[in-house]
Amino acid sequence: MSAELHLALIERTAAAIAAHAEELTRLDQAIGDGDHGVNLRRGFEAIAADKEALAALPAADALQKAGMTLVMKVGGASGPLYGSLLMGMAKAAKAGEPLARQLSAGIALVMQRGKADVGAKTMLDVLVPVRDALERHADAAPEEALAAVRAAADAAREATRDMLATRGRASFLGERSRGHYDPGATSSQLLIHAVCDVLEARA
Amino acid sequence: MSAIVGIVIVSHSADVARGTADMVRQMVGEEVPCAFCGGNPAGGLGTDPGQIQAAIAKVWSAAGVAVLVDLGGAEMNAEMAIELLGDGRGEKVRVCNAPLVEGAVIAAVEASGGADLAAVCAAAEELSP
Repeated sequence: MSAELHLALIERTAAAIAAHAEELTRLDQAIGDGDHGVNLRRGFEAIAADKEALAALPAADALQKAGMTLVMKVGGASGPLYGSLLMGMAKAAKAGEPLARQLSAGIALVMQRGKADVGAKTMLDVLVPVRDALERHADAAPEEALAAVRAAADAAREATRDMLATRGRASFLGERSRGHYDPGATSSQLLIHAVCDVLEARA
Repeated sequence: MSAIVGIVIVSHSADVARGTADMVRQMVGEEVPCAFCGGNPAGGLGTDPGQIQAAIAKVWSAAGVAVLVDLGGAEMNAEMAIELLGDGRGEKVRVCNAPLVEGAVIAAVEASGGADLAAVCAAAEELSP
C-alpha cells in the first residue's frame, strides 16, 4: 500500500516538474540565472530512475534518499534546498510525526540552509503558508484539507509576484525583482499540487 | 614543520575556478595544496557536491581546508558537501565568507606562512564588507 503511494508520488512530482521545466526556466531567466527548470528536472529524473527501490523503503528512508539524490544531482541552490526539505521531513517521519510536523521540520532545515525566512521571495513563501493550512485543517476531512492546501499554495505563490527579493540571485536585482513570480515558490506550488493530486485520488 | 592548510576553489564556472587556481599558484607555487572545481553534474554552470568533496579530499591536510565559493548555490553546495564528509572531517573544513578570487589568493598566502585554519579564513574574510 505504501509502496504504491510512494510510486505515485514520485511519478506525479517528476511529471509535474518535467511538464513545467520550461516555464520554471523562463521565470528564473527573468530574475535569476535561468537554470531552475532544467536543474530540478535533472534531480527529479534521478529520483524517478530509482523509483522502484525508493517505493520499497519505509517513508522516512525514501524521503532521506530522495533528498540526498536532489542534493547530489541538481547542481544549483535548489538541490541543497529541496534536498534539505526532504531530509528534514525524513527525520520527523522517522520520529512518527504527522505530515504538518514533517513539513515544519523540512522548512526549518530549508531556512537554515538558505539563511532565509518568509518574505524574502523564495520557496519558503509557499511552503510556510501550506504548512499553516495543513495545521489549521488537521481535524478536517481529507478532501477539505487538501482543497485548503491547494488554495494556500496558489495564493502564496501569487503573493510572491510583488515581493522584493532579498535572498538568492534575484536579490541582485533589487526593486526590479518585483512584478515577477518567484521560480522557487512556483516549483513548490507545482509540487504541492502534484502531491495533492495523488492524495486526493486515494482519499 | 606543521601541516599547511589546503585551499579549495568552488565556482559555478570551471573556467573561473581553474583561472583562480592559476592565480593562487602564481603566488604560492605548489607550497599550498590547492584544488578547484566548477560546473554542475551535467557539465553546465553550477556546482556539484560530489566534485566539491573530491576537491577537499585532494588537498586534505591535518591543518584543515579552507573553501572559497562564488555565488549562493556554491556556498550551499559546499556546506552540504562538508556536512556529508565522514569521520568528523567536516570539523576541519570551513567555507570562507570572502570574494572568490581575492579571497583564494589571500588565503593561500596566509596558509603558505603556516597559519592555522582560523587565521587563513580570517585573512580572506577581512576582504568582505
